[in-house]
Amino acid sequence: MQWETVIGLEIHAQLATKSKIFSGAATAYGAEPNTQACAVDLGFPGVLPVLNEEAVRMAVKLGLAIDAKITPRSVFARKNYFYPDLPKGYQISQYDLPVVGLGRLDIEVDGVSKTIGVTRAHLEEDAGKSLHEDFHGASGIDLNRAGTPLLEIVSEPDMRSAKEAVAYMKKLHSLVRYLEICDGNMQEGSFRCDANVSVRPKGESKFGTRCEIKNLNSFRFVEKAINFEVERQIEIIENGGTITQETRLYDSVKDETRSMRSKEEANDYRYFPDPDLLPLDIAPEFIEQVRGSLPELPDAKRARFQSQYGLSDYDSAVLTASRELADYYEAVAKLAASDAKLCANWVMGELSGKLNEDGLEIGQSKVSAAQLAGMIQRISDDTISGKIAKQVFETLWHEGGTADEIIEKQGLKQITDTSAIEGIIDGIIAANPEQLAQYRAGKDKLFGFFVGQAMKATQGKANPAQLNELLKKKLQ
Amino acid sequence: MRSHAERGNDELAPLPVGRGVGVRAGFTTTLSIFPTIMHNKTLTELSAGLATGQYSSRELTAAFLARIQQHNPQLNAFITVTAETALAQAAAADQRRAQGQAGPLTGIPMAHKDIFCTQGVKTSCGSKMLDNFTAPYDATVVAKLNDAGMVMLGKLNMDEFAMGSSNESSHYGPVKNPWDLNAVPGGSSGGSAAAVAARLAPVATATDTGGSIRQPAAFCGVTGIKPTYGRVSRYGMIAYASSLDQGGVIAQSAEDCALLLNAMAGFDPRDSTCVDQPVPDYTAGLGDDIAGLRIGLPRQWFGEGLSNDVAQAVRAAVGQFEQLGATVVDIDLPHAPYCIPCYYVIAMSEASSNLARFDGARYGHRCENPKDLLDMYMRSRGEGFGAEVQRRILIGTYALSAGYYDAYYLKAQKIRRLIAQDFQQALQQCDVIMGPVAPSTAFDLGSHSGDPVQMYLEDIYTLPLNLAGLPGMSIPVGFGDNQRPVGLQMIAGYWQEGLLLKAAHRYQQNSDWHTKRAC
Repeated sequence: MQWETVIGLEIHAQLATKSKIFSGAATAYGAEPNTQACAVDLGFPGVLPVLNEEAVRMAVKLGLAIDAKITPRSVFARKNYFYPDLPKGYQISQYDLPVVGLGRLDIEVDGVSKTIGVTRAHLEEDAGKSLHEDFHGASGIDLNRAGTPLLEIVSEPDMRSAKEAVAYMKKLHSLVRYLEICDGNMQEGSFRCDANVSVRPKGESKFGTRCEIKNLNSFRFVEKAINFEVERQIEIIENGGTITQETRLYDSVKDETRSMRSKEEANDYRYFPDPDLLPLDIAPEFIEQVRGSLPELPDAKRARFQSQYGLSDYDSAVLTASRELADYYEAVAKLAASDAKLCANWVMGELSGKLNEDGLEIGQSKVSAAQLAGMIQRISDDTISGKIAKQVFETLWHEGGTADEIIEKQGLKQITDTSAIEGIIDGIIAANPEQLAQYRAGKDKLFGFFVGQAMKATQGKANPAQLNELLKKKLQ
Repeated sequence: MRSHAERGNDELAPLPVGRGVGVRAGFTTTLSIFPTIMHNKTLTELSAGLATGQYSSRELTAAFLARIQQHNPQLNAFITVTAETALAQAAAADQRRAQGQAGPLTGIPMAHKDIFCTQGVKTSCGSKMLDNFTAPYDATVVAKLNDAGMVMLGKLNMDEFAMGSSNESSHYGPVKNPWDLNAVPGGSSGGSAAAVAARLAPVATATDTGGSIRQPAAFCGVTGIKPTYGRVSRYGMIAYASSLDQGGVIAQSAEDCALLLNAMAGFDPRDSTCVDQPVPDYTAGLGDDIAGLRIGLPRQWFGEGLSNDVAQAVRAAVGQFEQLGATVVDIDLPHAPYCIPCYYVIAMSEASSNLARFDGARYGHRCENPKDLLDMYMRSRGEGFGAEVQRRILIGTYALSAGYYDAYYLKAQKIRRLIAQDFQQALQQCDVIMGPVAPSTAFDLGSHSGDPVQMYLEDIYTLPLNLAGLPGMSIPVGFGDNQRPVGLQMIAGYWQEGLLLKAAHRYQQNSDWHTKRAC
C-alpha cells in the first residue's frame, strides 16, 4: 500500500528579550544555577507577574511576518501541573485566545513551492531545569530559565514529508533571526520543536492517529525522528496493529523514538484565565508601529537580489538564507562596486568554505566585508588574477591586513605589460622547439603546456587573458 | 440594652508571656509613668501626641508591646510579636521626627495581617505550611507603611490562607473575640479585628476576599474598609483568590482608616491588576455634610436569614443617617441568591491554582524522608494544609477539570458579571448601599465547625462586593441580644472610598459605638 505522511510542528522560539516575560530578572544563558531568578521566577508567596512589553512586540513581529491576524484582545491562561522545575505549580501560557492567529509560511523543497499554514503563535513562560546528575541520588533544580519568554508557533498538519518539515523549520528559523526575535541557538534550546506525526493510506482524507515527538533540537534530528516514526507507524499498521496516541521521545544515540506517556496518562491542565494578568489588548497603532519596524523579509530580499544584482534564483536563495549573510554580501557588493556575480561567487565559495572549515558563523568571519571587497576590486581592475586572489584571500584569512598590502608585500601584482609577456613567451618558445613543432603539427593540447611554462616563469602573475592571446599569436 | 461602656477593663487579666511574645525586660516597669489610656487613642490623637512631644514613638511602642504581652495570651491575636525590631523602628522614627522629617504616621505602631510578606520576619499565612517561612522581601503595602515611618508590632493571626469566616482554621489556634471570649472574632482577618478591638494595636492591615475585613470588623465592633479592587497593591500579599483579594484597613474609626489608606493606596508597577488612578486625600472630605446622600437598602438583604437584633441595629443606624440629612430608597439586587455558589466556585478554583506553589520543593513545609517526588508532594501538602484549605483546593480542582470547566468556572464568571451589573444599576438610584455585614452577631467558637456550608453562608452579604470589585466598609452600630457588636455594611461605586469614609465619619461624629471598648 502507498502511505502518506502527515506532519504538524510546534516550534518553541525563545524570545531574545533582555529580561524575563513576567519579571525583571535577566535571561542570559549559562549563568551559575539559580543566580538569574528573582522572587517572581522562584514563585515565592505573594509575588505577581507583570508582562514584558518587548515580548509582545516580538510576537507581533512574527505575526506580521507570516501574514497572521494579531488578536486584538488575547488572554494569558494558567496551565496547571506539578513539577519541581515549575515553581508556581502552573505555567503562564495562552490557551483559547493566543496573541497571533492564523498565518502562513511558504517553503520550497526540490524546487517546488508550498504554503504551510500556521495555526497560531502564543506567548508563554519557560520552566526551569531539573538536573539529575551529580546530586547523589537527589535532583537539582536550576530556575535560571524559569520565566524566559517563549513563542510557541503551531503549524497546521500541512507537511507531507520529513524534508518538508525540515524546510519549514529552517524557514522559520531564518525568519525569527531576520526579525531578531530569537537567537536561533538550537544547542542551547533557544529554538526547538515538537513534531506531530501520523500516516494514512494515500488518497484517504481522514487523518491517522498521531504521535507527538518531543524536544527535537536540530534539523537533522527532526528529519531522522520523523523518518523513524513514519516507518514505525507503517510497520505497525501493516502488521494489523493500530497506533495509540501518545507522546514519544527521540533518542538521537539509538536513532529511535520511544514512548513517554500515553493519552490516558496525559495531564488535565485545568487551563483558566490567569487572574493576576489583565487581558492583553493590542492597539492598532501598536501593530502599525511594529509593522514600520519590520526589516526586509527573506522572500522579498531574495527577489530583490535577483533584480538588483542580477543573481540567479539559487544564488539569491543561498545568500538570503540568513540576514547576516545577506547583509555581508550586500556590504561586499556595495564596497567592491563591481561585478555583483563575482562578489556572490566569493561569498558563497571561498568565504563560506573557510567559515565551514573553522566552524564559524558569518558574524565571526575573519575577513570583513571591506577586506573582501578590497580584494575583489583588485580582481576587477586586473591587478591580480582569480587564481592569485585565492592566495591573497588565504593570507587575509590567516594574517589580516588589506589585499593591497598583501599584493604589494608578496609581489603578486599581475603582469599586464604586453612587451614583458611577449619577452617571456619568446624565451619559452626558444627553449622548447620540439613542443613548438608538435603544436604546429596539430597537437593543440600542448597549448596548455606553454601557458603553464609562462605562468611558472611569472609565478602565476601573468594576466591570463593577455597571456592566452599573445601565446596564440606567437605559436602560429 | 446594657451599654458596653460599663464593661470593666479587668475582664482580661494579665497573663504570662505567651508563644512568640517577647517583650524586652524592663519596659513594662517604665510604663507606669505613661497614661494607661494611651492605647485608647485614635491614630489622629496619637499622631498629635507624637507631634507635640507628649510621648515618643519608643514610649508608645513599648506601651502597646506591654499591652500585647498582657492580653495576647488569651486573645491569640498575634502569631508573631516583633518587639525588638519594633523598638528599633520606633527609635528610628523618633530620630526622624527630631530631624523634622516626620509624617502623620511616623512613629505610630501598627500590625500586619500575617498574609503580608515582611522581609526577615516569619510570614505564615496562618498555616503550618509556612510555619518555617521567612519572607525574603516586603509586600508593597508593608514597604509603603515602613516608608511612612510606622512601627510594626508584629504579625496577626488569621484563618489559614484567609480561608474562613471565624479564624478557627488557623494553624495557630483560634483568635478570641475581645468582647466575649466564647465568641469567634470573625475571619479571616480575625487577628486584625481582635487586636484593634482589644487595643493591642491602634490600627492593623487586613485583607478581604469575601468579607474578611468587614465581617471580623463587625464581630469585633471596629471599623474596617475594603477598597475597590485594584486600589491597594496585592504584591506580597499571599494570594487566596487573585481576582477577589484586596488589602485594606481595620481601625477604631473611619478617620483612622482614611489616614492609613492614604499611605497604602496607589498604583504599583509590580501588580498588573493595581489600577493607575490618582489617590485622593481620604481625610480631606471628612467632616463634610452628608445632606442629600441617597442610601439604598437592598430588599434581598433584609429578608429570611437575617437575625432580628442585627436588622434592628442596622435600621436604627440607617435612621440616624436620615437624621443627618440622608434619604433612603429600596433597591434590588436580583442575582443575590446566586452570590454564594458563584463566589465559592471562583474563589476555590483560583485558590486551587494559587496554592499549587506550596509543594515542599523550595520553601515551606516538607515531609520527612520523602520516598519519591509524588510522596513528597502528597505528604508535604497533606501535612502542611489544614482541612478547610484542602477542601477548597479539592473543590477548586474539580471545578476547573476538563468537562466541568464550562459548567462551573465559566458559568460562575457569567453570573459574576450579572452581579456586578446589579450593583451598577442599584448605584444609579443611590450613592451608598447599606445593609447588614453578617446574618448574626459573632457566633460561638466551635458552633459552625462541623458544617462548612453554614460557615460559607456567613459571607452572604459581604462577598457580592468582592465579585463586583466595589469598595465597602463595616462600622459598629450597636450590639445584639447577646451583647456582641453589630456592624453596618456600606457600599459605594468604584473608587468612592472617599464617599464611604466621609459618610462613616459623619455617622461616627454623631454616635459613640466606635468608642466603646471591649477591654
